[in-house]
Amino acid sequence: MTSKVTGISEFPDAFAQQRKVTGMGQMDDQNDPVNMILGLKDVRKAAHNCAVFQSGAKPGRIVIPSEVAIRETRQIPFEVDPPQHGGFRELLNPWFKRPLDECYQARLQTIIDETIENAFKAESFDVVSQFALPLQSKALTLLLNTSMDKAQTWIDWGTHVFRSEDSDLDGDKANILYNYIDEQIENAIAIPGDDLYSVLLNSQANGKKLSKEEVKGVMILTFAGGRDTVINAITNSIAYFSENISDLKRIDDEPEILNRAVEELIRYFSPLTQMGRVATQDTSVCEHAIKADTRVSLCWASANRDEKVFKNPNNVDFDRKVNPHISFGFSHHNCLGATHARQILRQLVLSLANKVAQIEAIKADENIEKLGEFSRKVGFNSLHVSFKSK
Amino acid sequence: MAKVIFITKTNDAVEVEGDSGSLMELASANGVAGIDGDCGGVCSCATCHIYLTPDDFKKVGTPDEIESDMLELDDNVTQYSRLCCQIEVSENIDGMTFRVAN
Repeated sequence: MTSKVTGISEFPDAFAQQRKVTGMGQMDDQNDPVNMILGLKDVRKAAHNCAVFQSGAKPGRIVIPSEVAIRETRQIPFEVDPPQHGGFRELLNPWFKRPLDECYQARLQTIIDETIENAFKAESFDVVSQFALPLQSKALTLLLNTSMDKAQTWIDWGTHVFRSEDSDLDGDKANILYNYIDEQIENAIAIPGDDLYSVLLNSQANGKKLSKEEVKGVMILTFAGGRDTVINAITNSIAYFSENISDLKRIDDEPEILNRAVEELIRYFSPLTQMGRVATQDTSVCEHAIKADTRVSLCWASANRDEKVFKNPNNVDFDRKVNPHISFGFSHHNCLGATHARQILRQLVLSLANKVAQIEAIKADENIEKLGEFSRKVGFNSLHVSFKSK
Repeated sequence: MAKVIFITKTNDAVEVEGDSGSLMELASANGVAGIDGDCGGVCSCATCHIYLTPDDFKKVGTPDEIESDMLELDDNVTQYSRLCCQIEVSENIDGMTFRVAN
């Protein structure tokens, strides 16, 4: 016998007190401490000031937890500063805007429809491993323009590219991804096609042909950046609607609110908690001294609950017409995959609204991040639910 | 009904007309280069930055605090900048010409 769980749609603001008192938080990360910037305006200013808060530090260092110990390849364009960064974005932006094409959206809709149909067939299922992960992996074949059968390999890797059950950073697991990408690059060199690997291998940025290492850097970013984040956004949305089914019904009745609803869910969940930068000089934030060559984090999750900017920040409000959230980052390094992620969520939420009458949550294991003095619910390790169709 | 012109970064003039929604939605629907409107109009992405003429800026009005904060950190901001997701299509803007910032 199963029993319904409750409270799973709540994602508390872990940073409220510290944001109000000092605007800054602290955490250690593998002996490379992080000063966390918590207020929205401060985060945006730091994100924009890439001369002082750089991304082009040692590869892996701006990620939290740091990947310095498990990665040497620089992720591109994410770990490159302007002006070179702009040259890479100019090359990549058109490809990553393809989700706006009708043909792309039609293929994505087929994937979403099949995923929901499979959910209806199951008595109950784990949203993380049996719904969000397959959907994210299959949708990634569209972004890479590779065959759908590749998705099974990525599904078999499990929910985390770098994490295992024992460790937040698993070098062996990361090598599976890096070796896979090396292999795919060699395949694309031997037999060029119209996939992202082949396109990049024949592209130039900043007046130079991309090297194999640079292509690898783009591909690692594409795989890693959109995995946990998209899985969290999908899973958390289903958790939310399981306890707020009237909101899903409202989207079915008023599809014109779809975009506002998705942006609000993304604000509320903030699927990526934070991203780091390395200070290039002694500076300060909120009267807090930041020494050169130390790390700060741009804490998107805290900024998105800033009561100085958002009215009732802890409420999900689909009528929030102005919603300057920064869940996809801000300024030069805004998320390259945001168009793809938004398209998945818009089409998924609308499809759920059209087809699903009820979502019953049966069992939940919340994923709580430990970030120094803070504990933040970012998603779920597993979430068992059943869908009832209309 | 409002008929307006967008001048893109490559100096192409795109004439569009509409009677409702936001100016960003009108530009996006007509494929105006440089108006992406990634966030769909909730003032989160600043990918719909335009310049107005001084007279038109006076007529349309100044941005509110949230929009100003977004514009403040755009490298190409001027005193006549607006995010066009925050401008309603109405007869008030009929005949105006907007220059796309990015």
